Amino acid sequence: MNIDKKITDDLVANGISFVTTVPCKQLAGVIEEIDAREEIFHIPSNKEDEGMGLCAGAFMGGKRPAIIMQNTAIGVTINTLATLIQYYRMPLPMIISYRGELREPVACQVEMAVHTKALLAEMKIPTYHFHHRSDVEELDAILKYTFMCNKPVAVLTDANFWGGYGDQ
Amino acid sequence: MIRSEILKEIAPIIRDQLVVCNIGLPSQELHMIDDQPTNFYMLGTMGLASSIGLGLALAQDKTVISIDGDGSVLTNLGTLPTIANNVANNYILLIIDNGSYGSTGDQPTYAGKKTSLTAVAKACGCENVIEVQDKDLAPVLQGAIDSKKMTVIVCKCDSGNIKLPVITMDPVVIRDRFMKAVSAK
Repeated sequence: MNIDKKITDDLVANGISFVTTVPCKQLAGVIEEIDAREEIFHIPSNKEDEGMGLCAGAFMGGKRPAIIMQNTAIGVTINTLATLIQYYRMPLPMIISYRGELREPVACQVEMAVHTKALLAEMKIPTYHFHHRSDVEELDAILKYTFMCNKPVAVLTDANFWGGYGDQ
Repeated sequence: MIRSEILKEIAPIIRDQLVVCNIGLPSQELHMIDDQPTNFYMLGTMGLASSIGLGLALAQDKTVISIDGDGSVLTNLGTLPTIANNVANNYILLIIDNGSYGSTGDQPTYAGKKTSLTAVAKACGCENVIEVQDKDLAPVLQGAIDSKKMTVIVCKCDSGNIKLPVITMDPVVIRDRFMKAVSAK
């Protein structure tokens, strides 16, 4: 199974046609796949709160949006999640590269990893953790759930899910 | 002119357009001057009016005007390259540049000092950037709407605020009313 294609297929199948991304090494393949798809307008953003603003606008314009970002972005977007996405009750699937977990080579990434789930829990954001490759089978249901309840929903995808960082 | 005087002057021009209005006093002023279902009032999240407006413009065909401030654009300066590189010809970013953070007590911004947001927008790649003095804004804004070209307008004006109430409308009501206006024929 090509996981990048599977994720993108699920986005398209759920009518998601507006995706903003802030890059991560782990997400490079899925970002490339999204960029290549005709059904999706891909708009890279410079910072994740900016990206959530774009998604909010696209949603109000009738599109289903999604954001792809690193978990460090949770630290950047708490205010935007609370005062825009949650306050105005908008759906926002967040496909998140969960850096700083098992098989992580960069020590500093662990510093935000240890706060990630706690912050998401504090924000009452439904959170799913993809650790094994087969966990991706739940993505379709998670996307349907997101647009059913009009909430931001986090999908944390860790290094084990992506197959690690090569030889490390 | 101060921002509220500008909003009064342009209210008839923007009444029939989709407007995303910046947090704080700008939204409160627009709400008092000419509340419309086509207005989306930001009650929080400083800096994102331009991003919300761009996302909205890219998602549908009606003209969208984001009314932003110099302080808010400085907060989200990354918005200008994104706007420049994702051209939506139904999008106008109107920056009311009074050189101060009006909603928090008129503290000076760098845009009122050495930084030119007009030059920044141009350097970011925005193609139609117009700097205009407050009294000359109305025809420039109307021209931008009629041109059907993505335009960034930097309107230089005086700092100063009027006393007015906060918006008590529920955010979900604002959003729902706005989305119905967006999708109306």
